[in-house]
Amino acid sequence: MAATATIVTAETAPAPAKARRGIPLLRSGKALTGVVIFGIFILLAVIGPWIAPDDPSQTGGPVLQSPSGAHLLGTTQSGQDVLSQVLTGARTSMLVGVVAATLATALAVLIGVTAGYVGGWTDDILSMLTNIFLVIPALPLTIVLTGYLEGGGWFPIAVVISVTGWAFGARLQRAQTLSLRNRDYIKAARAVGERPWRIVTVELVPNLGAIIISGFLFTFIFAILTEASLSFLGLGSMTTWSWGTTLYWAQNSSAFTTGAWWWYVPPGLCIALVGASLSLINFGADELMNPRLAPVAKRNRKARRAQRRQAAAAGAAGKEATP
Amino acid sequence: MRPDDPVLEARDVSRHYPVRHVGRRGVVHAVDDVSLALFRGRITAVVGESGSGKSTIARVLARLEPPTSGELRLDGEPVGKPRGQAFRKYLGQVQMIFQDPFASLNPIHTVEHHIARPLKLHGPPRSKAEVHAEVLALLERVSLTPAEQFARKRPHELSGGQRQRVSIARALAVRPEVLLADEPVSMLDVSIRLGVLNLLQRLGHDDGLALLYITHDIASARYFADSVQVMYAGRLVEGGPAEAVTQEPAHPYTRLLIDSAPDPDRRGVLDGGRAERLGEAPDLSDPPSGCRFHPRCPLAMPVCEEKAPPKFSVGGGAGEEHWAACWLHAPEEQQEQAQEQEAQDQHPMTTGRR
Ligand SMILES: Nc1ncnc2c1ncn2[C@@H]1O[C@H](COP(=O)(O)OP(=O)(O)OP(=O)(O)O)[C@@H](O)[C@H]1O
Ligand SMILES: [Mg+2]
Repeated sequence: MAATATIVTAETAPAPAKARRGIPLLRSGKALTGVVIFGIFILLAVIGPWIAPDDPSQTGGPVLQSPSGAHLLGTTQSGQDVLSQVLTGARTSMLVGVVAATLATALAVLIGVTAGYVGGWTDDILSMLTNIFLVIPALPLTIVLTGYLEGGGWFPIAVVISVTGWAFGARLQRAQTLSLRNRDYIKAARAVGERPWRIVTVELVPNLGAIIISGFLFTFIFAILTEASLSFLGLGSMTTWSWGTTLYWAQNSSAFTTGAWWWYVPPGLCIALVGASLSLINFGADELMNPRLAPVAKRNRKARRAQRRQAAAAGAAGKEATP
Repeated sequence: MRPDDPVLEARDVSRHYPVRHVGRRGVVHAVDDVSLALFRGRITAVVGESGSGKSTIARVLARLEPPTSGELRLDGEPVGKPRGQAFRKYLGQVQMIFQDPFASLNPIHTVEHHIARPLKLHGPPRSKAEVHAEVLALLERVSLTPAEQFARKRPHELSGGQRQRVSIARALAVRPEVLLADEPVSMLDVSIRLGVLNLLQRLGHDDGLALLYITHDIASARYFADSVQVMYAGRLVEGGPAEAVTQEPAHPYTRLLIDSAPDPDRRGVLDGGRAERLGEAPDLSDPPSGCRFHPRCPLAMPVCEEKAPPKFSVGGGAGEEHWAACWLHAPEEQQEQAQEQEAQDQHPMTTGRR
């Protein structure tokens, strides 16, 4: 839920204007597709466990049955209902995504923007920290850390993923902040007497919207994949169901070799679809936000150059005219 | 304080930027020893080519950057550190309009936000409705009507001229005494420049503002300003009443500037063969010795290379002195003195120089 909320507010906040009717993000076909698919999964995350026909852990049904009226997505080797597992797992997987992406994005913005705006030794220290986290191999560290937190469910996993995943975003935010802090509109805010805190939160950070959103979406995909990988490797939480856990059991029971596709395709497809929808949203957000930010700088550099050329030409003409 | 004392004054202000070339440390002398006074109800123009340090002066006066050395005085009082209540008060009295209207407004905020912020920061506490009413009044003052509509727009929906008017309204919102306009029309279409300039002039006169008008176009300075100061490579080289400086330029650089300005009914002051085209400004990380203009000056004398010329009076009246920092205008004795000294420590290699 938080994911759509973030995206939608960031996009609609600058709303009323003749050229921007409706939610602008939805005017791009790609983004609209992405938002619809993602919305469906968010909905599943909320209601999935309630609409699941069976208890996902309940054994004793018919074993390894292909999809049928009684079991829409078939059953596992121990007779569990795959549909129920996928629906229940949606909540865990999406929650890991939302929580990890939110925490990692918050960390990235906090550290990246502080480093870029404050500069000096603060920047040196924070940049060093960022670079250390950037080169630490994330998956092994995640495996080690989750090993310590064994049995804690999905939340510690989300925290660990965000702790290992914020650095790349922080680096981007810092670079962009460095470029924004010298823009005239930031100087103008200082010149009217705005306080630093307000300049950062009200004048600067909203202009990082595009990369904050894309960082959020990227971490979301990354988190879901990492959680699935951990579960698939048997390192995740075995007490809760997620798409990764279903894949783990499928793999464990050689579903891949025995051709029980209904067991591993649904959770795999869910992961792929969530990833695809987030990428589509990201494309849409890019198309929407870049033309407003990038060409402005280009346009005025061009204008300045043209104006100089014009002045030089006029100067030359003026001199020729004098006898 | 007498009414004809300067509101804002810069005394021997320098601004150097540290730069790092590959391994080597250097300093860019963007502004050196500039003294400038702004008076209530008067428009002072600073004219100079690109890179001469005009914007740097404006940024220092707006307290966006501290001067490397020198002093700023507001109403005769030296200004303090750039923080706290006194700093706020300074910003409430000195406001700046930026050169580039496409960069000086935040793309994500409305026009209303841009103007309401300074109102809230500097004015007395007001209700939302009162602030809104004042925003509309300011928009009307800068001729952005219907104000109600403009208040809701975002920068990307405005033309350059309209943006610059928003910038002006933002600066006026704090009710300043000094307005620093950094090439306010250079990025605008020629057809709308006059409108914006006239607006500034009217506002300056209506409110008795002290206006600093920065430009690279000496013709517009003559049309627009009361006083003109000419800047070259970080230093002021000539100053005085606008008419005097533009009609009887005393410094060779000023003459060159006027000659290369597109003004067909003026004859060249220097003979055509010698008048070099205006090139790029010299490298300010290693400025020329003596008079910074000497490498390009058609009238350079040996002394010019050795010693930076002080200000010499070249006339004036009408309340303002006309001066030039050029050895050509040194009183006889001083010139001889300088040349004698020059002859003493002259190096044989430099004799052949023109
Ligand atoms: N932050 C900075 N760091 C290093 N050098 C700088 C900095 N700001 C300005 N300079 C240098 O100082 C000199 C003066 O720059 P300034 O912007 O004041 O020129 P200007 O007269 O306003 O030119 P223009 O007409 O192009 O606006 C230039 O050589 C510029 O490269
Ligand atoms: Mg400038």
